Amino acid sequence: MSRYFTRLKKQRHYSWFGKDSLIDRKLQVAVYEGLCVKSEDSNTIVRTGDFILIEGDHEENPYVARLLKLYDDGSGSSGKRAEVQWFVRIGEIPFSKHKLLGREPYAQEVFFYNIKNCDSDIDAETIICTAQVIHLSPETPFPVAERKGNTLYAKFSWDGKKFKALPVDVFLKGVSCIRGDKTLESPGKVPLERHQAVSIQEVESRHSASKNSHSKDPSARKTPNRSSTPGARKKLQLSSPVKSPKLTGKEVLKELFNADGVFISLESKNSKLTRTNSVASASPTKANENGFNLDTMESSPVGKKRAIQPTSRHCLIPLNEDTPAKKIRKNTNDQELSEDLLGISPLNGDVLEVCFRTRASQKIAEKEAAPRRKEKKDNSGEDRRTRSSRNDKKNFDNSKKSRSSDEDDLECETKERRSSSSPSKTLRSSRKSSAQKSSTTPNKTPIPRTPQGSYCATPSRSARSQASRKLRSLSEETRAWNFLNNMKLQQEMENSDGEDNPYIPEKDVPSTDEEEELDTEIRSRSSHSAVPRTPSSARKLSVQTSAKKSIKTPSKTSASKTPRTPRHATPNIPTRSQPARKPSNVLEEARARLHVSSVPESLPCREQEFQDIYSFVESKIIDGTGGCMYISGVPGTGKTATVHEVIRCLQHAADQDEIPPFNFIEINGMKMTDPHQAYVQILQMLTGQKATADHAATLLEKRFNTSAPKRETTVLLVDELDLLWTRKQNVMYNLFDWPTRKTAKLVVLAIANTMDLPERIMINRVASRLGLTRMSFQPYTYKQLQQIIMSRLNQIKAFEDDALQLVSRKVAALSGDARRCLDICRRSTDICELSSSYKAGTSLVGMSHVMEALDEMFSSPYITAIRCASLHEQLFLKATIAEFRRLGLEEASFQQVFQQHLALCRVEGVKPLCMSEGLAVCQRLGACRLLLIENSKNDLHLRVRLNVSQDDVLYALKEE
Amino acid sequence: MLLNSVLTELLGMKHIKGNVLIVQLNGLLQTDDRIALKEITRQLNLENVIGERVFGSFAENLAFLLEALKKGDRNSSRSVLFILDEFDLFAHHKNQTLLYNLFDISQSAQTPIAVVGLTCRLDVLELLEKRVKSRFSHRQIHLLTSCDFKQYVIMFQQQLLLPEDFPDKRFAEEWNQNIRSLSRDASVEEILKKHFFLSKDFRSLHLLLMRVLCRVTVSNKTIKLADLLEASHLCTMDSKANILHGLSVLELCLIIAMKHLNDVYDGEPFNFQMVYNEFQKFVQRKAHSVYNFEKPVVIKAFEHLHQLELVKSMDGPSVRIQKEYQLVKLLLDNSQIMEALQRYPQCPTDVKQWAASAFA
Repeated sequence: MSRYFTRLKKQRHYSWFGKDSLIDRKLQVAVYEGLCVKSEDSNTIVRTGDFILIEGDHEENPYVARLLKLYDDGSGSSGKRAEVQWFVRIGEIPFSKHKLLGREPYAQEVFFYNIKNCDSDIDAETIICTAQVIHLSPETPFPVAERKGNTLYAKFSWDGKKFKALPVDVFLKGVSCIRGDKTLESPGKVPLERHQAVSIQEVESRHSASKNSHSKDPSARKTPNRSSTPGARKKLQLSSPVKSPKLTGKEVLKELFNADGVFISLESKNSKLTRTNSVASASPTKANENGFNLDTMESSPVGKKRAIQPTSRHCLIPLNEDTPAKKIRKNTNDQELSEDLLGISPLNGDVLEVCFRTRASQKIAEKEAAPRRKEKKDNSGEDRRTRSSRNDKKNFDNSKKSRSSDEDDLECETKERRSSSSPSKTLRSSRKSSAQKSSTTPNKTPIPRTPQGSYCATPSRSARSQASRKLRSLSEETRAWNFLNNMKLQQEMENSDGEDNPYIPEKDVPSTDEEEELDTEIRSRSSHSAVPRTPSSARKLSVQTSAKKSIKTPSKTSASKTPRTPRHATPNIPTRSQPARKPSNVLEEARARLHVSSVPESLPCREQEFQDIYSFVESKIIDGTGGCMYISGVPGTGKTATVHEVIRCLQHAADQDEIPPFNFIEINGMKMTDPHQAYVQILQMLTGQKATADHAATLLEKRFNTSAPKRETTVLLVDELDLLWTRKQNVMYNLFDWPTRKTAKLVVLAIANTMDLPERIMINRVASRLGLTRMSFQPYTYKQLQQIIMSRLNQIKAFEDDALQLVSRKVAALSGDARRCLDICRRSTDICELSSSYKAGTSLVGMSHVMEALDEMFSSPYITAIRCASLHEQLFLKATIAEFRRLGLEEASFQQVFQQHLALCRVEGVKPLCMSEGLAVCQRLGACRLLLIENSKNDLHLRVRLNVSQDDVLYALKEE
Repeated sequence: MLLNSVLTELLGMKHIKGNVLIVQLNGLLQTDDRIALKEITRQLNLENVIGERVFGSFAENLAFLLEALKKGDRNSSRSVLFILDEFDLFAHHKNQTLLYNLFDISQSAQTPIAVVGLTCRLDVLELLEKRVKSRFSHRQIHLLTSCDFKQYVIMFQQQLLLPEDFPDKRFAEEWNQNIRSLSRDASVEEILKKHFFLSKDFRSLHLLLMRVLCRVTVSNKTIKLADLLEASHLCTMDSKANILHGLSVLELCLIIAMKHLNDVYDGEPFNFQMVYNEFQKFVQRKAHSVYNFEKPVVIKAFEHLHQLELVKSMDGPSVRIQKEYQLVKLLLDNSQIMEALQRYPQCPTDVKQWAASAFA
C-alpha cells in the first residue's frame, strides 16, 4: 500500500470572521477576532489564541503556530495577515541538535519556538486549520493512547541552542478553551491529570465529531479536521452506517465484546478519531466489568484459544500505560522511540496489542479480558477505579450525559465509553476488529483493511466486507477516517512487523471544539438515541459473576521480537576491555600531542585565513543570506582544520547569543561512493531523513526554494570538492546554486587542493556561481611549522631546538605538509625512546634521532634494494643499462637485454643462465618495480625499462 | 611478508590486550572498495551483519562503517588493526576511497585504528593520490634479504636438520650427520651458490629442497649429492628447449626456417608463406623427397608450433587474415635453437647443417 497520501489540492477560501476593529484607520489595519477557513469539505473558524497549522514544505507536517493576531493590512484581497507564535516540530530543529533533547522526541511533540528574530508575520491564507497543542510538564510522560490526531504536545521551548522547560503561563496565556483544572504539575497525579487536560479540550470536539460521524448528513463532511489530514481521508464513512439495525442480538453482543476488548486496551487514548458524544459511558469501571464479562465468556466453551494469552497480556501493557494507537504507529517508524516512552518493551506490546484486537474480533475476547483485568488491578491504580466508579452512573445513561459530563470522566476515554455503551461505537470497534480479523484469518473475506465492512455489522463477514467496499468507493469522508487509518496502520504493523516500513506519519489535523459542536450537535444527538444499549449492560452484569477467574491467565510474555533489521543497527565498534594507556613519560606525552588527531587549542600560523573565513561566514549568518567560498591548498596545510576551528568559534559565539544560531553540515567527497550521494548525506544531516539520491535532490531543492522564516542558516562544508565532479556537473551546480537563492540561507565552504579548480574542471555556469570568493592556503614555511610543533608540544620539553628546526626546514623544503612534519616528529620520539631505553638517560629528542627518522622517511628504498638483490639480478640490471647505452634508448626488449646479460656473465666468470631463469630474474625485478616491464605474455619481446635512474643503479652496484 | 605475519601472531599471542580487532584484507580478493567494505564490516562483526553476510548498498555500507568508526574514541573502543595484503592493488581502487578513509580515521580522533599494508612494490607510495599520501604516516619497513652466502648455507642446514626431540633419535642423528657433511661438500656448495646467485629468497630454496626431499624414501634414507644435483637441474631447466626436443623434424625444420628469416630480416615479423618458401628452398636444394610435405601438412605443423606458443602472432586474434599471411614472431633465441638441435636425438645431419649455415 502506498504510503504517500497525496493531499488533495484543496481550494480554501478565507474570510474574516467576527467583527473587525480598526486599529489604524490610516493604514487601514483591521484586526479581526477570527478567520473563517472554508474548503470544499470543511469550514473552520480560526480565532486568535488558537493553535493553527500552517502550510509548510512538508505536506504531512505543516507548521504549527499559535495565532496571536489577525489583521488585514488593507492591501487588497490578499491582505490577510496573521501574527503567530511559532512552534517547531522536532523535524524543523537541526538534526544535530536533536541530541540536546536527551531523549527520543515524541512524534507529536512540538517545541515553543523562542527565537526572537524570526518572522512571525505570515499570510493568513496559508493557515490550514486549527490544531491542539497541549502543554505538558517536562517530567510528564506523553499520553500514550494517542491516535494520529491533531493534538500536539509541548513540553519545552527551543531557543535555537537548547531546550528549556516551557513555563506554563506562557503557554496558557490566552488559551480560551482550557478549563480550570489543568494541574499538570502535581507529579503524583500526573497521568490522570494529563488525561483530564486532554479530554477537556477535546470533549467538545468529540461531541461534534461523533455527531458528524454518526449522521449521514453530508454536512458532516464539513468538519474541518478531516480536510487537512491526508492520510485520514479514507474511512470516514464508517460511522454513517452506525445505525444499521440489522444486528442480531448475538452479533451485537459479540461485537460489543470485541469492542470492549479493543477499547479497553486502547483506553485513555484520546483519539479524536472516534469523536462521540457519549463520553460518559465508558468509565474504567465499565472496562473492568467488560473484562469480567469476558472472563465469563472464557469459562464458557465458546472458543478458547490459549495461544492468544500471551498476546493478551501484552495488550494490557498498553492499557496501563495508555499506549496510544499512535504510538504503535510510531513504533513502526522507530522502535526505540516507543521503547523510551514506555519504558517497557513496547514493541512487542504494541504488536501484540494489535493481535489481541484481532483476536478479539474473533470472539476470543475472553482471553484478553482476564489479563487485562489483572493488569488493571496491578497497575492501573486506584485512581482510575475510583474515578470510574464515580462515573458509573453516568455510564448507564450515557447518551445525554456524554455531552454534559465532560469534567467528570475526563480520564476515561470518551471513545471507549462510547463504544461500550453505544452501539454505534460498538459497531465501529467491531469494524476495526473485523477488519483486522479479515486480514489475519485467511479464509475470511480477502479484503483485510476495509474497515467499513465491520461497520455494517451484518452477520456474514463477507457481506460486510462487500458493504465496506461499497462504502469506500462512495468515499464520503467522515470523521472515522482517522480512526480507521490508524487501525489500518496497526494492522499493517502487525502484518509486517518484520519489515521496517519507512512509514511516513501523517498528521491529523485536530478540529477545534467549538465549531464542531456548532455543526454537529444535533446530529450526534440523534445518532445516540439510536443506540441500543441493552447488550452492554447485560454484559456488564454477567461480568461480575466470574471476576476472579481471570487471574489465572498466563502472564507469559511471548517475545515475538522481530529480528533487528540492519537499518536499525547502531554503528558501533565493540568496546575495549582495557582502558587505553595514559601517556607515562614526557616522550609519550609529546607523541600523543603530536598526533594529528589531537586537536590543538588554536591553529597557529593560520590567523589571517581564519579571520577571513570567520568574517565571511559570520556576515552571512548575521545577514541571513547565502554565499560560497572556495578554499584551496596542498594537502596538510590546515584547510579543513581551519574551517572547523571557525565553525567552533562561531558556534561558541552563537551560544553566547552574539550571532544567530546556525547549522553546520560537513560532507567529504572522499567519504561518499558517488557524487550524488552528497544529496543523501546533506539531507540526512539536515533532517535525518533517508532517501535515494534523486529523491534527496528534489527534497533539498524544495527545501532551499521555499521560504521558512524559522530556518537557521546552514553552513555546508564540502571537502574534497573535486571528487564531486560529474560529467554534467549537476551536483556542483546545485551546491553552488542553492546559496544564491534568497530563501536558502546556505553558506557553502568548498575545499579542494587545486587553486584553479573552478577554471579547470567546472563549466562556466558552475564556476560563475561559485563566485570569486577564493582563498588559498600556502604551504607552511619552516618557521610556521616550527611554531606549530611548539604550540602542540605546549611547553613540554621533548625536542632539542635544533632538531625541531631541522624537521621543519626539511619538510618545508619538501612539501610544507604539516601532517608530514608531525609524523616525522612522532617517529623521532619513537626512535629516541628506543635508543634511550638502551642508555637510560637523555630523554630529549636530538638531532641524531630526527636524522634517523628523516632518513627513514625520505631515503629512497631503491638503492638498498639493489644492494640486497642477488647476483644475477644485479647483473641483469647492469645488462639493462649496457643495452640502453648500446641502443641509445631507454627501452629494450628482454631478448636484447638477455644477450647482454649472457655476455656479462661471461665477463664476470659466472655460469650463464638459461632463458627461463633469466626471465624469472627479470620478473622478480619487475615485481619490486626496479624494472618496469610490460605484460609477460610477450615473452622474449617484452619491453624492459628502468624505474630507477641509471646513476642510482651504478652507484648502488659500484660499491661492492 | 612472512615476517609480518609472524608479527601479528605475536600480537595475538600476547593476550594482554583483548582489545584489538584485526581485519585482514587482500588486494587480490577484495578487488574493489565495495567488496572490501563488506568484508570489513563482516570481520568487525558490526550490527548490520546478518549471518555472515552484509546487505545494503555500497553507499549505505560506507556511511555505516564510517559512522561506526567515528563513534569510537580512544578510550572506549577497541583498536582495530587493518592488514591490507597486496596493498598496491588497493591503491588502484576508484578514488582510493577506502585508503583515504582508513588513513583519515587513523589520523583523527576517532576509533583508534592502525593500517598495515603489505606489498612487494617499492614504489607503492607513488601510487597514492596526494591527499591520501599526505595522510599516510610514511612509515615503511623494507624487508630485504641481505644475507651473504654463508648465511645462506646455514639456512640450508637449518631447514634440513631434524629437531632434537625427533622421536627416532638414531635416525635423526644419522640424518643430521648426513646434512652436515652435505653442506661441507664442494659440489653441493656449487649448486647452492648457483641458486644463491640466482635468487636470494628462501622460497626458491624451499622449492629446491622440497624436490630433494621428495626423493627420500624408506629405502633411500638420506639425501645424496645426486638428488640435489637432479633437483637443481630440474629447477634450472629451460622449458622452451625442452619443448623443442619433443618436436617432429618437420616442425624443427620450420623453426630453423624461421630462425633464418629472423636473421635475414633482423627480427621483423614474418608470415607462414615466407616460412614455407624458406622451407621449400631448403627442400629443393637438398632434393630430399623425405621432407617434401604437402602444404596443408606444413600448415598443420605450423599451427602446432603456434599452439605451443613457440610462435606468436603479432596481431590480435580478432584480425581476419588468412592464416598463411598472419604476421608472427618466433619466441626462441638462436642459442636455444642451436642447443636444442645439438641434443635432438637422431637429428638429420643435413638439417643440422642447414641450421648452422649462415645462408639459407
